[in-house]
Amino acid sequence: MSDVRFTKDHEWVRIEGDTATVGISEYAQEQLGDVVFVELPTVGADVEAGGDAAVVESVKAASEVYAPIGGTIVEVNEDLEATPGLVNESAEDAGWFWRMEISDADELEELMTTADYKAFLEGLD
Amino acid sequence: MSARSQAHSAGRGVDNDAPETMTTHSGHRGLQMEEPLIFEMGSTGRTGVDLPPVPEVASKLGGLARQGEIGLPALSEPQVVRHYVRVSQKNYAIDAGLYPLGSCTMKHNPRLNEKVARLPGFSDVHPLQPQSTVQGALEVIDTVAHWLITLTGLPGVAMSPAAGAHGELTGMMAIRAAHEARGDARKRILVPDSAHGTNPATAVLCGYQVDPVPSLANGRIDLEALKAKLDDDVAAIMLTNPNTCGLFEDQIIEVAEAIHAVGAYFYCDGANFNAIVGKVRPGDLGIDVMHLNLHKTFSTPHGGGGPGSGPVVMSAELTPFAPLPYVVKGADGLRLVETEADQAAAGDGGQAYGRMRSFHGQMGMFVRALAFMMSHGADGLRLVAEDSVLNANYVLARLKDVMTPAYRGPCMHEVLFDDSFLKDTGVTTLDFSKAMIDEGFHPMTVYFPLIVHGAMLTEPTESESKESMDVFIDTLRGLAADAKAGDTARFIGAPYLAPRRRLDETQAARKPRLRWTPEAPAEAAE
Repeated sequence: MSDVRFTKDHEWVRIEGDTATVGISEYAQEQLGDVVFVELPTVGADVEAGGDAAVVESVKAASEVYAPIGGTIVEVNEDLEATPGLVNESAEDAGWFWRMEISDADELEELMTTADYKAFLEGLD
Repeated sequence: MSARSQAHSAGRGVDNDAPETMTTHSGHRGLQMEEPLIFEMGSTGRTGVDLPPVPEVASKLGGLARQGEIGLPALSEPQVVRHYVRVSQKNYAIDAGLYPLGSCTMKHNPRLNEKVARLPGFSDVHPLQPQSTVQGALEVIDTVAHWLITLTGLPGVAMSPAAGAHGELTGMMAIRAAHEARGDARKRILVPDSAHGTNPATAVLCGYQVDPVPSLANGRIDLEALKAKLDDDVAAIMLTNPNTCGLFEDQIIEVAEAIHAVGAYFYCDGANFNAIVGKVRPGDLGIDVMHLNLHKTFSTPHGGGGPGSGPVVMSAELTPFAPLPYVVKGADGLRLVETEADQAAAGDGGQAYGRMRSFHGQMGMFVRALAFMMSHGADGLRLVAEDSVLNANYVLARLKDVMTPAYRGPCMHEVLFDDSFLKDTGVTTLDFSKAMIDEGFHPMTVYFPLIVHGAMLTEPTESESKESMDVFIDTLRGLAADAKAGDTARFIGAPYLAPRRRLDETQAARKPRLRWTPEAPAEAAE
């Protein structure tokens, strides 16, 4: 089973060996409302943990999506260009944003587990 | 679904006895006309005037003459007049009712402004006329500049910027020029997370990186977080005061001191100057540069994309970097410094980075702003600030028991609610604002500032009477009670009574139709 971690900025990262898939959480898509545009990173770009990587725009607001961990972008979810609503329909699965090669696995230790994140969300309301 | 319960603003001609589903033969509703686009109207060949037939001429276009229809609507003059009158009647504006948006053209434009602006000496001048023939117009520019300098306590002003965001860019370019003149290329601009979206956009357009500064739980900037970000790579901070939460930044002096300690400049977004005009001079707060929206604080109209005006006041240190042109007093009257050569000849030490636009600024807006300033006087402008803050606090005081203020304590010119009073009702901020349309009100600003959940931001300005605010407040109280009582039908599909029902904002953003296209395109050759 793959390991999923969350950031306090509501990104999720699913680790599969040396690569990781990143998206925004179910909570984040619910808060944003209907997503109308996603600006994805460039394949081959290097991102730092906490750095800007993508932009998600909804009817309410445009928000930065930060890289949960550092690494190199290896693939982006091109389906989001034509169907940004995938982020609303399936935030933590088909609505993924990008895949990346992990540069430093230790950075994952900084992130929240699913249970931690759930507790974190309960603290927000 | 039935949303036909009594309107809270009843007595305004809403007929509650009409059958809910009644349609009309004409498609009009009462005297509310259903108006097509002008391109959907008209028949081929009709004209407003009779023109003689075009005589036979030998074409010199070498076969490039248009072959097909040009596709313009063909209408008579009365049809055109009715079309535009009907379209204009669909507009909601400050002249039609309370406009709580707090955006451009947020307050009443006194008709005296219009009378003065229409004087031929102002309305008929041309920017390329010899300067000796427009001394009066130049004096208006110079006098408005003097008022702005006096009101802000900053010694220089660039009058030409076209509106707020253009003024921001003007000010940030002056900051950049000042740093670069010292050989000090800095890269970062600090922007609070409650800022107007134009602030980070301006910083990026000016070639800087944006570094956001968080706000405290009380809605003000986090001074400690700000200090932690300061180093000699920070070029400036862009702060709005009062800020977008309608709150005075009470640590602004400390912010200015901290910014200046690292050699950076303090840009203030003057969009909310209405709340402090005549009360506080921004120069005394340590602000180095600030734009002023004449179309907000000084009442000049800027609705529907009409001309705004965003002069930028600057400190003595930044003034040499202000753009061209500017007015100076010479031995034989006023004249414009328009070129780098003029500036060198003037010998004032100016190092303008060029121009921000053609010509000298929005002359018509300068005249209106000056009419507003002079008819109010210094004491009247102070009252503008006091009454605008009083009005916002009246709205806050009368709504705080049924809606939820985002922050504790009194507000400045704007009152900000969050959506916690709608929690578990199934009604969102968007639904609530759409229901206001059925009640005859333009919605307030919603979902901004971004740091407040489901934000609802109302700015009554000093224009509103107690009577008009009471109707507005009573309506909002009624809607809040409906939402809490579970009467969600009137919200979920709102507006019900407007000429158009709720528009699909998602579809409009995802697949915008940006221009009208004919259903059966004419076979026109390009």
